Amino acid sequence: MMIILQIIIFVVFAPLLSGLIIKIKNNLRMRKGQSVFQPYYNLAKLFSKDEVISETASWIFRIAPFIVLSSALVAAMFIPVFIFASPAQRIGDFLVLIFILALGRFFLALAGLDTGSSFGGMGSSREMFISSLVEPAFCMVIFAVSLQFGSTDISAFSGMHIITVSSVVAALALSLVVIAETSRIPVDNQETHLELTMVHEAMILEYSGRSLALIEMASYIKQMVFFFLIAQLIFPIGLPAGNLVQISLWFLWYIVRIVVIAVAVALLEVTVAKMRLFRVADFLSFAFVLGVIATVCAILGV
Amino acid sequence: MLNSLQKQLFLFDPLSLFFIAVIFIVSIPSLIYSFSYLKGEYPVSKIILAQILLLIFVLSMVLVVSVNNCLIFLVFWEIMSLVSYFLVVFDTNHDRSIQAGLVYIVMTHVGTAFIVAAFMILHNYAHSFDFLVIKNSCLAMPPQTRNIVFLLFLIGFGTKAGIVPLHIWLPYAHPQAPSHISSIMSGVMIKTAIYGIIRFVMFILGVNSFWWGVLVLILAVISCLVGVIYALMEHDIKRLLAYHSVENIGIILLGVGLAMLFINLNLPYLAVFSLLAGLYHLINHAIFKGLLFLCAGSVYKATGTRDIEKLGGLIKKMPQTAAYFLIGAMAISALPPLNGFVSEWLTLQAFFLGASNVAGGSKLFLGICASMLALTSGLAAACFVKAFGVIFLAKPRSNYAESAKEVPSSMRIGMLILAVLIVIFGLAAALIIKLLARISGSALGIDISSMSFSLNNLTLAPGIAKNIYLSTPQLALWLILFSAAGFAIYRMFNRTKPVVYKTWDCGYYKLDSRNEYTATAFSKPFRIAFSFFLLPYRKTQKIRESFYHIKSFTYETHTTKVFKKYIYDPVLILVFRTAKSMRKIQPGSIHLYLGYIFITLLLLIVFMGKF
Repeated sequence: MMIILQIIIFVVFAPLLSGLIIKIKNNLRMRKGQSVFQPYYNLAKLFSKDEVISETASWIFRIAPFIVLSSALVAAMFIPVFIFASPAQRIGDFLVLIFILALGRFFLALAGLDTGSSFGGMGSSREMFISSLVEPAFCMVIFAVSLQFGSTDISAFSGMHIITVSSVVAALALSLVVIAETSRIPVDNQETHLELTMVHEAMILEYSGRSLALIEMASYIKQMVFFFLIAQLIFPIGLPAGNLVQISLWFLWYIVRIVVIAVAVALLEVTVAKMRLFRVADFLSFAFVLGVIATVCAILGV
Repeated sequence: MLNSLQKQLFLFDPLSLFFIAVIFIVSIPSLIYSFSYLKGEYPVSKIILAQILLLIFVLSMVLVVSVNNCLIFLVFWEIMSLVSYFLVVFDTNHDRSIQAGLVYIVMTHVGTAFIVAAFMILHNYAHSFDFLVIKNSCLAMPPQTRNIVFLLFLIGFGTKAGIVPLHIWLPYAHPQAPSHISSIMSGVMIKTAIYGIIRFVMFILGVNSFWWGVLVLILAVISCLVGVIYALMEHDIKRLLAYHSVENIGIILLGVGLAMLFINLNLPYLAVFSLLAGLYHLINHAIFKGLLFLCAGSVYKATGTRDIEKLGGLIKKMPQTAAYFLIGAMAISALPPLNGFVSEWLTLQAFFLGASNVAGGSKLFLGICASMLALTSGLAAACFVKAFGVIFLAKPRSNYAESAKEVPSSMRIGMLILAVLIVIFGLAAALIIKLLARISGSALGIDISSMSFSLNNLTLAPGIAKNIYLSTPQLALWLILFSAAGFAIYRMFNRTKPVVYKTWDCGYYKLDSRNEYTATAFSKPFRIAFSFFLLPYRKTQKIRESFYHIKSFTYETHTTKVFKKYIYDPVLILVFRTAKSMRKIQPGSIHLYLGYIFITLLLLIVFMGKF
């Protein structure tokens, strides 16, 4: 039950989060910008449009959107949103998250190669390159967190009310991972369709209509999953058992945390230039080193 | 009489039975596969020879893992090596086979020499070749000797297992054999070396020092990374898979090395858990690598080439082979809910559980090893996106792929069995773990009755339970459920059928297979990122008609095999140089030789008197 409720929350609010970031970015650039609800309009439009599939494509291309969506939704199950415990606690732990997200990516990368377009192949190649370098950094972050809380159980750290140096550094490392995973500047750019810079967009270039809508949805959900993870890592707080006022305060606090992260991401996106693909390796090594520092802090007990 | 003979010669403990099971799990599907595979490739007499060799090969492996005596072990070890050599050079019309066989037989015998040396030292102390007698006498052995014996075993078995830098033969020998043999060699034969390490180092010798585990872990991490990076650069499908064997042996050794570490730190339960993870990955690798080699064989049989750059679009021509390859690729990339995911998750979990039980600096070491494993699995996923995408997806890149047809049914049955096993070993993880815990407990001689190895409540010591959670059936269920929900939404909103049309080509008038991304292009970012290790270089050649007009232009990109260039080649040069200088004392004159004999005799008489 908890799982279903949580999934509905993610599905309903994930596009809003994306719309919010775009809005903040536009405002920072002194533009009026689109409505925060624009992602919903986009999805609605895509669902009603006809779909074109390449004649070169096989069934891999057709099933990939469903697998990508379901992998993002399963990842969303693991995040402890309402209570201290993750609703999917009995199904897997923090580590499973890495592998689940890899499943969706694997199929999306195959779909990129499936149409025989050079763009798709280029996108797949770059995406797999970036994601394989993300993995050690992500693993190091989980390692630091689990050292601190004695378990890889996601619920373990979300129940903590203390803020340590280690978890702040880990959250910083995680933020770099998130930037790479959600294809944001300086690693990738969601707004461009220029062949030199596309990564994620190149991979899904051949998708249209409903399939594209599902993939977009999956990206929104994945982004929200990561934002919640960071939020729970820096300012961990669970649902209080108290009265309605306390619960609404908690809810407000939740929204504030997510908005703060959204503003930070937007700020980064408008102030930093995109890196060359091969500089991404340095960027992610830095995330890895931050992860190592977080581990050292955890060992020292700070 | 027979019973006592069995007791003297054989040791059917859970560890041996486990390895026998692994051997048969891969060999039987490969045998089924081989009937159609060999048909038409070779004349009938040669097919019969191949099957006889295969049977001897399988039998020798079974005996290697079940005998109870060092001498007999060596005999079967040698038979196994020799028969597999014959299978490597089975395609005698290829020069490459002969060369690969030569590298293989030399390396494997160098390895065997180290094992023989280790046995001789052990015999010196135990005065017996019986495993259990040696085990008892090892307790009285001085630590220095034990260290030496450990290193000898590690080099000896490491050569067979293909640990970097002793892996040099593996990517040459495995691909040269017929595909079902490659599947057994990569799936099972190299595992007998892991058996050797577990049996002789952990069971008989007993882990002595902390650094044993650390050394094995470091070698394992290096093997993982080197194996997968070379695999990414490889375009020969079977050689790519062979490099992945190097990688996966590394992952298995991570479990084994951790177990060594924990035994030495007196954390027996964690040791059992780590070895369990290693054994789980061992059987998983046997299954999915077996399957992948069989699929590679099918592709070779259907197209006549192993170069993936010439393939493409096979998913439409060979839908079943493609599906099996996809399952194998998903398993080796550790994607849930298949078996590779379970064992890599367990290995990572062993690192994480271990880290909360060891002191300061070791925690960091374990953490870095764990994230290198994560890097490996990320790179492996990239490599299999490349392999599957380039072989099976998009348009055929040559006539080889254009004319491919699905392989006959007996080959498909062989692949089907292994594909089903991959799913079973993924979904039934909870049951298999309990079974493996018993095997790993008995191999380490640790009583596990007070522990429970269930995937939602791990009791690692009496009274101390750790919460680790994994439920692959539920994971699979939710994945299917959400996919179905996605599909329902997909159908609900818009019922029009998708339009099938040309791939978008930016207005270019004809998009063909030449425009597709190739394997070389796919691995380019990796080639640049790891250029410090791969040392890539280019060969370009212009053929000019005149100064102004270039008729054709060839461009090749290669990577330097650092281990071959900087370790093996200098050694080879040294060996040849020594041989050349030795030739001077052999000029062909009978008188000189008689002189040698006389001098030898004199020396012998003089020295004999001394002793």
